[in-house]
Amino acid sequence: MARMKFICDSERCIECNGCVTACKNEHEVPWGVNRRRVVTVNDGVIGQEKSMSVACMHCSDAPCMAVCPVDCFYRTDEGVVLHNKDICIGCGYCSYACPFGAPQFPSNGTFGLRGKMDKCTFCAGGPEEDGSEAEFEKYGRNRLSEGKLPLCAEMCSTKALLGGDGDVISDIFRNRVVRRGKGSEVWGWGTAYGKAPHPEATPEIKSENERKS
Amino acid sequence: MKAPSRYLTLLVLSVVLAACAERDQSLANKTGQRGEKPWAGAKNSYVAKNWTVGNEESWRAQIRSRGQYQNEYVKTN
Repeated sequence: MARMKFICDSERCIECNGCVTACKNEHEVPWGVNRRRVVTVNDGVIGQEKSMSVACMHCSDAPCMAVCPVDCFYRTDEGVVLHNKDICIGCGYCSYACPFGAPQFPSNGTFGLRGKMDKCTFCAGGPEEDGSEAEFEKYGRNRLSEGKLPLCAEMCSTKALLGGDGDVISDIFRNRVVRRGKGSEVWGWGTAYGKAPHPEATPEIKSENERKS
Repeated sequence: MKAPSRYLTLLVLSVVLAACAERDQSLANKTGQRGEKPWAGAKNSYVAKNWTVGNEESWRAQIRSRGQYQNEYVKTN
């Protein structure tokens, strides 16, 4: 069973914003809504500047699903977290719950009224008929049902952003880390998909007995 | 006289406090899903050519091989 995941390799991201542009163009996302963004930390600090492409990570235990008062979210068999805009009331709870700032709200209604939530769909559309015009209008393209992967990852020029079956992309990333010998930290991976306890991990703070001995 | 008033109080409390009960928040109770599988294929002309629409295994193989396009070590070494 494929389990769809994203990895952003901050050693490779060059902040070109190609993923952001590809996403906006592919899904014809309205002004003011960015399903994907590139975040740079330590900007200008030589040797410490890192950029990361951030969007919905389709968490294993998605907090947005837990807090939604109208239960508009659902998870597909491939682990993609999607939502139904016909049920969403635009309350914004998911925005507060999400650790990645993924939920976006268009404000093009009357008096800048906050519209229904919009977010990355892993290019998997929504509950409308796959590949239909109605689905495209609300959720954008459904590339998964076309046998394709998210465009942001497929067109990333440095292959910093990897998207697809979790086993495949983690193998690619692992191979890359082994070859270059550094940069094994995957920002957001543990938050989104949970951390597996390392078998040799030991607690940093020793117990009282160990300290005395 | 005390017993009927006690029953009446319990009845009133059960009606008044009924709204205070916690609703079911289990993730299994979701209403947004349509239940369509991606291997059923999109109803448009953009479907990739190298897999068989409707065949789950074929779709999985396509997604895995497509994932390898992101592995430049396969291309260069």
